[in-house]
Amino acid sequence: MTKVWNYFKANPIVIMLVIVSLIVGFTTNNFFSWANLGNLISNTAVRFIIALGVSGCLITKGTDLSAGRQVGLAACLAGILVQRADYSGRLYAHLPEMNMFVALIIVVIIGALLGAFNGAIISRLKVPPFITTLGTQTIVYGACLVLTDAQPIGGFQKNYTQLVTGRIGSVSGFHLPYLLFVALAMGLYFYFLYNKTRHGKYMYAIGGNEIAAEVSGVNTKKSIMLIYITAGIMYAFAGWLLAAKSGGASSSMGQGYELEAIAGCTIGGVSTTGGIGTVPGVLIGVLVFELLKIVLQFLGVNPYYNYIVQGVVIIVAVALDIRKNIKKK
Amino acid sequence: MSEYVLEMKDVYKAFPGVVALNHVQLQLKPGTVHALMGENGAGKSTLMKCMFGIYTMDEGQIYIDGEKVEIHNPSEALEKGIAMVHQELQPIPARTIGENIYLGRYPLKKILGLFTVVDHNKMYEDAKRVLEEVRMDFDPRKKLGDLSVSQMQSVEIAKAVSANCRVLILDEPTSSLTQNEVEALFRIVDDLKKKGVAIVYISHKMDEILRISDEVTIMRDGQYIGTWDAKDLTTDFIITKMVGRELTNLYPPKENVPGEVVFEVEDFTSINPKSFRNISFNVRKGEILGVAGLVGAQRTELMEGIFGIRSITKGQLRYKGKPITVKQPKDAIDNGIAMLTEDRRGTGILGVLSVADNISIASLNQYVDHGIVLNTKKIEDLVKENQEKMSIKTPSSKTPIQSLSGGNQQKVLIGRWLANNPDVLILDEPTRGIDVGAKYEIYCIIADLAKQGKSIIMISSEMGELIGMSDRIMVMCDGRVTGFIDGKDATQENIMELATRFEA
Repeated sequence: MTKVWNYFKANPIVIMLVIVSLIVGFTTNNFFSWANLGNLISNTAVRFIIALGVSGCLITKGTDLSAGRQVGLAACLAGILVQRADYSGRLYAHLPEMNMFVALIIVVIIGALLGAFNGAIISRLKVPPFITTLGTQTIVYGACLVLTDAQPIGGFQKNYTQLVTGRIGSVSGFHLPYLLFVALAMGLYFYFLYNKTRHGKYMYAIGGNEIAAEVSGVNTKKSIMLIYITAGIMYAFAGWLLAAKSGGASSSMGQGYELEAIAGCTIGGVSTTGGIGTVPGVLIGVLVFELLKIVLQFLGVNPYYNYIVQGVVIIVAVALDIRKNIKKK
Repeated sequence: MSEYVLEMKDVYKAFPGVVALNHVQLQLKPGTVHALMGENGAGKSTLMKCMFGIYTMDEGQIYIDGEKVEIHNPSEALEKGIAMVHQELQPIPARTIGENIYLGRYPLKKILGLFTVVDHNKMYEDAKRVLEEVRMDFDPRKKLGDLSVSQMQSVEIAKAVSANCRVLILDEPTSSLTQNEVEALFRIVDDLKKKGVAIVYISHKMDEILRISDEVTIMRDGQYIGTWDAKDLTTDFIITKMVGRELTNLYPPKENVPGEVVFEVEDFTSINPKSFRNISFNVRKGEILGVAGLVGAQRTELMEGIFGIRSITKGQLRYKGKPITVKQPKDAIDNGIAMLTEDRRGTGILGVLSVADNISIASLNQYVDHGIVLNTKKIEDLVKENQEKMSIKTPSSKTPIQSLSGGNQQKVLIGRWLANNPDVLILDEPTRGIDVGAKYEIYCIIADLAKQGKSIIMISSEMGELIGMSDRIMVMCDGRVTGFIDGKDATQENIMELATRFEA
């Protein structure tokens, strides 16, 4: 119990949101409903997977601004590959109809290559991650526009959308989306990666003190490459899920997701000064952010104001996080 | 009116665990060069930083023209006519010389009586004039980064002159200058003296001190030793006053027996011509080789070169007679070499990470099960073993290392390297910033490692430590090895003599 209390004391933003949710829950209808929960889970799941990818970059004092556009590219590419052969609006009509898992493998390979591109430029050419991924963001968006000719993509195979939007239980009553289990599996994998492997330890060491890590024999270039490749794979996977979840894809998909992912990580305690961050923290951060959006929706706040509130929450969260460290000094 | 332009009285300054200045005084007469001398760590730079407002004194007073003043930050110091040319210059190379000189106090003008803007023409004209005052004749519109180190230093001095300074602090101004450049600097110093500026001159170079200074103040271990007229002094007298303390530190008995040569360094030369060059030495099994030298002797740079952190143009390493190639720290580690770096916070600890993470980072390959999973229990055992062996005091293995004391951090870092069971340990200032009690424990660990047959290379700036611990002492000066002294014959005087043997 004291542990829980200490957690809230250290994370005032989280407790604030929990309180606000409770108030909203008891004063509005349908907030505490299976439908709303399912909605929250599905939204959180995809963003959690993206945030997991970004978390490695942040822990090593980097960042990845190309995350959102990479998600968008993967979504469009997956969409193109899984369009039904009999769909009239097929973008690349000569392509054979492809199994959705083959499509997944293809987008994941492309994601890994994009990650390798980022990682190589950051670790070998020493271009700051902010600039590198800003460039990649634009390149990827351009590639996506070329690929889709800015046309929306629809007509997916039924089993693809059903697999991703499927659920256990009935729509009206108790149900849990499949995405919950996908996200949990990814979370467990990252938990293992970060806590039980050399790669994870090296990642934290690089974030804690890159020179000291190198002096200790850590191959920092290789670790950074792996971190950005892993991130690219996660964005691709998330894009593949997102296209199916939305039942369609377009080049604008994923726009701004990198900022939400970075915000989620930061709210969840990933330190902007490097070396600190946990998988449960990232989950809570993303969950809080998604919860915030739903709360605002239930409160009937004009959607245009949502961005303002979200922005304020991001700054307050980071300011509080940094204050913690200032006090220690 | 006081006869002194500036007086510091009874200055006391403590850092966590160390008293840096213990009731020190300094009195500067106008139009004189006042040399401030002492070993590394004697407190000279700290005293100057107090005068310049970088540090706040815990106790003590500063008087200017006999009037008590308070200096809280460098801009207040500048306003009161105190200027400092730093040991490591801090200019902005990408901006012009003029902008560097007038940084923070640009001449301003009004356009249309409305908009305040920087008056560039006036700035560059003024800059040209102050540059001439320091005998520099170049275009102030040039980028500072295009100048040589000595020219940049002149710009720094010009900056001080332009602020109409009455006290100028020169902290090791000649450490990176050639002989000709030193002469040029001395001419500038002479000019300033004639204008009535009091100059505080910090240097280790005896001949320079005796040549240009009027008065000499000597400090030792944060204590004020005395002030003398320079014309009454000899090199021997200064050295005796600088090092002449009674050794209060005790060192553990030495039971190590040096054996055959394990590690050889041949003709090691840095890619930086001002850094280490043509260095050859060897270390025996079970030997403690001390490395002595003043600030700027390039000892750390040499060791970083050996460990693959810095690049070399030529040189060969041999391990048990076999040539080895080290391009990055990992290569050195794979060849049984370990290096405890000098800057514990900067290049040693992973501050926010736990003691367990810190101690295991260099040897993680040993704790892997099934080729991938780290065995937490093995890592915990490593922590426990080290905790017992070196009595590391930490609340738990999960405590962030930055919350431990310096001595305990250092033990964790030693443990990090020992986990790889290296044969050669390079220890760069292993007891810096560690309190006396913990120092003794570190000495015991070092002595014990030598007894086990490890070869130890120990850089230290503490004479007592070098003499008390080393079997042999290699002395460096200005990037070269100037001699070896057997541990039994070593005295502070003969080390200092070799350490100040600058090339003419």
